[in-house]
Formats: sequence, structure tokens, C-alpha cells
Amino acid sequence: MMAIRDGGEPEGGGLTWATRLRDAALTGVIALLLFAPLTGVTLTGYALEGHWQRPLWLAAGVVVGRLLIGLFLEARRARPPVESAQASEKVGWIDRNRPFILGLALACALILPWFIGKYWLNVAILALIYVLLALGLNIVVGLAGLLDLGFVAFYAVGAYGYALGFKYLGLSFWLALPSAALLAGLCGILLGFPVLRMHGDYLAIVTLGFGEIVRLVLNNWMELTGGPNGVRAPFPSLFGLEFGRRAQPGHTTFHEFFQIPYSSETRDIFFYLLLLMVVAGMIFVVRRLRRMPLGRNWEALREDEIACRSLGIQPVTVKLSAFGLGAMTGGLGGVFFAASQGFVNPTSFTFMESAHILAMVILGGMGSTGGVIIAAVILTVLPEVLRDFAEYRGLAFGMAMVGMMIWRPRGLMGIRRARFHRSEVGR
Amino acid sequence: MVNGLVLGSVYGLIAVGYTMVYGIIGMINFAHGDVYMIAAYLTAIFLAALTALGLHAAPMVILLVLALTMLVTALYGWSVERIAYRPLRASNRLAPLISAIGMSLILQNYVRLSQGARTQGTPTLLDGGVRLFENGPDQFVQITHAQILIVVTAVVGMGLLWYLIHGTAIGRACRAVQQDRVMASLLGVDTDRVISIVFVLGAGMAGVAGSLVTFNYGSFDFFIGFVTGIKAFTAAVLGGIGSLPGAMLGGVILGLAESIFSGFVNTDYKDVFAFSLLVLVLIIRPSGLLGRPEVEKV
Repeated sequence: MMAIRDGGEPEGGGLTWATRLRDAALTGVIALLLFAPLTGVTLTGYALEGHWQRPLWLAAGVVVGRLLIGLFLEARRARPPVESAQASEKVGWIDRNRPFILGLALACALILPWFIGKYWLNVAILALIYVLLALGLNIVVGLAGLLDLGFVAFYAVGAYGYALGFKYLGLSFWLALPSAALLAGLCGILLGFPVLRMHGDYLAIVTLGFGEIVRLVLNNWMELTGGPNGVRAPFPSLFGLEFGRRAQPGHTTFHEFFQIPYSSETRDIFFYLLLLMVVAGMIFVVRRLRRMPLGRNWEALREDEIACRSLGIQPVTVKLSAFGLGAMTGGLGGVFFAASQGFVNPTSFTFMESAHILAMVILGGMGSTGGVIIAAVILTVLPEVLRDFAEYRGLAFGMAMVGMMIWRPRGLMGIRRARFHRSEVGR
Repeated sequence: MVNGLVLGSVYGLIAVGYTMVYGIIGMINFAHGDVYMIAAYLTAIFLAALTALGLHAAPMVILLVLALTMLVTALYGWSVERIAYRPLRASNRLAPLISAIGMSLILQNYVRLSQGARTQGTPTLLDGGVRLFENGPDQFVQITHAQILIVVTAVVGMGLLWYLIHGTAIGRACRAVQQDRVMASLLGVDTDRVISIVFVLGAGMAGVAGSLVTFNYGSFDFFIGFVTGIKAFTAAVLGGIGSLPGAMLGGVILGLAESIFSGFVNTDYKDVFAFSLLVLVLIIRPSGLLGRPEVEKV
């Protein structure tokens, strides 16, 4: 039963090589038993096809991994716990130069579109959309500590709100942007009202169910949404100037108005800059919110709900505001997604998408705005760079989520929670 | 009706895993549905292997496949707990949940990569059936042998589990840990071991469910665990999470409700119906039909 145990520690700490090897060997046997039936053979029709080398390699990998992890943990245990003065010094440096770093990042982001090609510009737009979504989910999961597995539902509400609003009501992008976001926020509050009374796990499963309900309804309601065929969503215009090659009757195009040669990149650059402005605004709002009583309440609630209640904080109202704001941000992301794709259909809003956004929030460190932004950019750009390994994306996400929870539950950036420092108290 | 009962038995078997794990460590094992999916693959693989070895007698093959599948899925359940949940025992509530979602992604993609993304199938083992209530050539209720097998196995499996939990020392330890983990460990119960056992039992039951479904429907892909997992969780919540008979009852009710809904109302929306039921039950009566309300303590 207890194949992988911590091992009887002999005198003086540290395991003997015999125990280590026995542990690793047992792990290997179990791994072999696990891998052999599923990777050793492949079903082809009703028959089997053998790949006997695959489970052996995997099991060998597990054995080596087990040995290395064991040694690593031992080494860490043997080392005296150092209060990492260096780390806090580094953070202090970032803190002191924050305006400078932010400005530099913004400047880079601003001039970026003129230096990368059309393909990478589209990737950058997608990355910004994900930054927006991850920021929204970060309010809910990271700040308020509510695990929302159906975030994609609000994203879908935003995207479909724009597409359907255009189709039936003739809503323009600029009108749809606030109204679809408000609609998504309203949905968040409506959903949140009954479910926020329950605690973490139930909330997770209800939001998951809600996300699936939204997707299935979008998929099956052929008359309204066109089902799997999707709906068209037009590209935004700037003060009535269109970005197409030719204007529709009664309109002018952007390139004719400014007398520049037509290029499809102009359109994407405009879109990128618009999105960048919204994202920057969002970052600003989130930073302000965190310092406001509301943001403080979110984080307090995340840490200890019962203590909050006894201090007179209304948990439902506070959670509801986080849920609604997160949903609104998701809706904004949805509108931008619809406009950038020119078309929406239900396959963009599966659970996998929710998990993708959640992975960004977790990898960035729940609650850390900067970390989440960096994680969102990396997780969008990296799969584009590693196109050859696209198959392994899901596997890597899963492993990253488990590994992060075990080894670095506070994210790659290692965020600091607000706390009193002894020096401050002493003063 | 019969279909609903069959579906319900399957949901019940999977729901047992959710309900026991939730009862003991208070977390939703998101990877449980994927263990069921793995069981479906294992069944097909063992079936093909046994056929290749020249075994053809149906009862023999079914028993062997069931036993082998249970064994390997139980091992999967154990490993999942060991890798993804045990290191997080001491951390807050969010961490194991996220790790569980990660585990579910890992299992899905692992099967997709090793077995391919397309829908797989198995040959039917059991054909024919029994006709009941025959009133003429076209009016009868047909129950296939496979359906009988599912219901009977589910009932037997639940009976064995009931005995294991309420009649043996292991079961007593499980119940003790469920009531108060700290107290049980003070009194000398190895809680880690008990938790492992619960995962093994739950995964074993999911393994049985996966096998049975494969015998009956004969087609599956790497994504079936997700939807079935949520539905089985609905069943567990419906019956009252933490309660064994509740899980079975919830499974049967959900199965019947779903088949009645898709028979009389609309097939396209049957998943929407099941998920809505989940949301409604959680909002209106989170303790379920047979469960006790949970009191949050400091």
C-alpha cells in the first residue's frame, strides 16, 4: 500500500541509498502497471496495436523523476531555512522603480505593433484579450477567493451580446462594448446572488454547470444563435470611419479619409491600440480597487470568511461585487474577441477555455496583477512559438496546475500578501 | 424507464466515489470522471487482449475484464490521490481543487495522446434480451441482457461496499475519519491510509461503471469523463453528499429524470436539464435528500 513513503530516516537525517532505490523501484513498478495498458497498446478498431517501448520509457522517466525529487527535497530540508533577504531586496527594487517599469512596459507595448508582422500582431491582440480575461478572473479567484470554473460563460455573453445585438438590433461596436459588458455583469450578479452563499467547492461546481448550460444553449438554440454555425460580428469603426478596403454606401474608410494607402494592418494596429487602452484602464481600475475598502474586503474575505462576518462585513454583497466586476471584464473580453474574429460560435467557449484562463491566473500567482498579465501573455505566445508541440498543450497545462499547487502555490512571481511589518508596528 | 434505471445505476456507481471522498476530506475530486473514462478504455483494451488470447466465453470474459479494470482503475485512483492531493492536505481549500482540475486535464490529455482523439468502440458481448409485458407483436418492453447485467452488478457492488463500510474494521476507520479526522488520528487511525482506501474504493466503483457502460453502449472517447462526471456529482449532491445510499438514490432519480426528459421533452437539452437540476439542488437544498446540513466551524 505505502509504496511511496517518506522512508525510515536513519540517524543523522538523510536517507540511505538503499531506501531511495527501493522507493524509486516501487514507484517504477506502479508506474509501469499504470502506463502499460493505456500506452503500451493502442486500440485500432476492435484489435490492438502494440507499442511496448512507450510504457517502459515512461516508467523509467518516473523512476528518475522520483529519485531526483527525493534528493531535491532532502537537500532543501537539510539546508537551514534562510529568511530570503535577497528576495525582499529585489522586490523592494521593483517597488521603488514601479512607475519607471510600468512606463517602459507601456511604451514598448505602444510601439510594438509597427515592428511585428501581421501574424504576430494577431497573436498580440489575442494575448491582450486573454490579459483582459485573466484580469477579470483574477478579481474573482485571486482577490475574492471564489473559484469560478464557468468564467467562459460571461466571455460568451459578451461575445454573443455583441454579435446578436448587431444582428437583431443593429448595435454598433461602441454601443455594444458597454452594454454587452453590463449584460455580462448583470448575468454575473444574477448567478451570484443565489450561489454565493455556498462555500468554495459547491461554488466551483455550480459555476462549471452554469458555463456548460450557457454553451449548450448557444449550441442548441438554432433559431436565435445559429447553433454551431455561429453568428457574424462586424469590425469596429473609428468615428464612423471604416477599416474595410471599400466603404459601404454613405461611409468613408479610414485610409481614404487620411489619404494613406490601404493596408489591412492599419486595421489591426488600430484594434490593438484600442484594446491596449482598455487593458491599461482595467489595470488602473484593479490597482485602485485593491487599495479601496472594497478591495480590502475581498482579500479579507478570501483569507477568513468567519472573521470577516464577525467584523461586520456583509459577505454576500462583497462577493457579489467581485463576481459582477469579474463578469463584466469577461464580457468586455468577449466583445473584443467577437470583433477581432469577425465571427463567434460555441466551440470557443468550452470548459477547456475556462481552464486555460484559470491556468493563467494560477501561474501568475492568484491576486498578483503583474504576474497574471505576464502569465497570460506567456501562455498565449508560447503555444504559438511551440506550434510543433501543440498536442501536448493540455497535458502541460494540467501538469503546471498540479505542480504549481504543490511547489509554488503563490505563483511564479511569488506575490506578497499585504501584512504588517514588524518595523512598521514598532515605530 | 429501463434506460433511466440503467443510466441511474451507472451514475450511482460513480457518485459513490464523489460522495465518499467529499465525506472524508471535503473536496470535489474533479479527476473522478476521468478515472471512469480511463476505465472505459481499459475495458476495451482488456477485452481485445482476452479475445486475442483466445478467450470467448462471455461470462468468463466479463468477470475477468471487470476484475482487471477495477484493479487498474483503483491503482489510478490511489496514484491520483498520492500525487495531486496528499501533498496539499495542509493547505487551504482552493489548492486541492485546482490541483484536481489539473489532474483531470492530465488524465484526459494522457489518454488522448496515447489512444488517439477519435471515438473508439468495442464489439457487443451480450446480445438479445428478455421481453416483458408482451401484449401483441409490437407492444412490449425489451430489456437487454447487458442492461440486466448493469443493474445487477451495480446492486451487488453497492451491497459489497455497504458491507465494507458498515461491517468491517476498515469501514469503521473510514466512518471515524469522516466524523472527525483529528480525533480519529489521535485514537490511532492512520488517516492517510484511510483516505487512500477511500480513493481506491471510489475509483474501483468508477471502474465498474466504466466497464459496464462499455459493455452496454460500446462507444466512448477521451472526453466522456467530463459530462458524466458532472452528472454523477449531481447525483451525489441530489442524494445528499457524504451518504452512500443517497448516492445510489440520487443516481437512479437523475437517470430516470433524464431519460423521461429526453423521451418526452427534448433530447438536445438533456444535458442542460441535468446541469440545471444540479444548480437548483445546490441552491435550494444543498444537503440533498439524505444528507445532513453542513455546519461551518472555526
